[in-house]
Amino acid sequence: MVELALPKNSRVQKGQHHPAPAGAKKVKTFKVYRYDPEGTENPRWDTYDVDVEACGPMVLDALIYIKNTMDPTLAFRRSCREGVCGSCAMNIGGRNTLACTHGWEEVPGQTCTISPLPHMPVIKDLVPDMTLFYAQYASIEPWLHTKTPEPQGEWLQTPADREKLDGLYECILCACCSTSCPSYWWNGDKYLGPAALLHAYRWLIDSRDEATGERLDDLEDPFKLYRCHTIMNCAQVCPKGLNPAKAIAEVKKMLVDRVI
Amino acid sequence: MTDFRTPRSRAQGLGAAGHGVSHWIAERVSSVALIPLVLWGVFAVLRLARSDYEMAVAWLASPVNAVLLALLAVVSLMHMHSGMRVVVEDYIHRRITKAGLLLLNLFVCALFGALALFSILKVALSGGAY
Repeated sequence: MVELALPKNSRVQKGQHHPAPAGAKKVKTFKVYRYDPEGTENPRWDTYDVDVEACGPMVLDALIYIKNTMDPTLAFRRSCREGVCGSCAMNIGGRNTLACTHGWEEVPGQTCTISPLPHMPVIKDLVPDMTLFYAQYASIEPWLHTKTPEPQGEWLQTPADREKLDGLYECILCACCSTSCPSYWWNGDKYLGPAALLHAYRWLIDSRDEATGERLDDLEDPFKLYRCHTIMNCAQVCPKGLNPAKAIAEVKKMLVDRVI
Repeated sequence: MTDFRTPRSRAQGLGAAGHGVSHWIAERVSSVALIPLVLWGVFAVLRLARSDYEMAVAWLASPVNAVLLALLAVVSLMHMHSGMRVVVEDYIHRRITKAGLLLLNLFVCALFGALALFSILKVALSGGAY
């Protein structure tokens, strides 16, 4: 059911304020969502006045600065710090993106709000539970399916067919798209979401794959695929500049091609 | 809460229903059909607004006008039905409420469609209230 207000135990309260260290020259306030699963308290907004002269240019740099120098209890995921791993996806200034590729200067105003990816169960602070998201990705069976006996060498593909995978294979599964999609918020248990569907399309148009029909069978469903109402949030937020909405539209066209 | 169902099992759910494309096509086909029908309908209403009762009855007695008006009523109600259905499926998750609203949607659209068809045919075939 659509939830217009958060349940009572999830309402976010005002939290602690961490002032900037003495002698800070340029200060930006980071308003960060905090939730401790071991306590009984509701989530809260903590504010951190960060001396941005002392840290790197990205939001992730500011978060690492906070964790290192102001509040070691802050939890967030990060790994590659260059936009290839997708670990640090979060909602920054009201928009899903990667903390490592989004500069804090790009966030207008004095305060930068940071919360976990929307409508996901929160494990702690900025760490969402991605279990179902990954299982949905696995459910589209993202690997080559073949029936022809394997060739001696590799399965061949023309450069033109390989090019069809451009704009799809770059997806890093950060979940910015799926968690920005209202359809995924309301029906995330049944709708596969833009990320999984983009990957479904990536395997559907792979010239080497021999399970196109079965893959389409598994997608033709009012919820798994057709909950996409071309809202386009996915394409707008994708930190890699991909267009999951277009991939989904192509899947819908393939299903039409099967019947007319 | 403990749930020992695997994530994969939760993601797969009840499996693919195997339909959806016909609904998707029907939405598009009715949209395309409604473009000329609605334009014609607006034009017809503007023209009728300037005429009296007898002229309106005579207008509807013309087979072209009666058929186009019947198509406009039926196609727009079918289009409304499929649109409302998607809205209910999107937002209502309690099974009983959802089933109730889907039935209500179907019945209301069918009733208005039948009423519209009957009224158009009555005027077109028997010439209005007389």
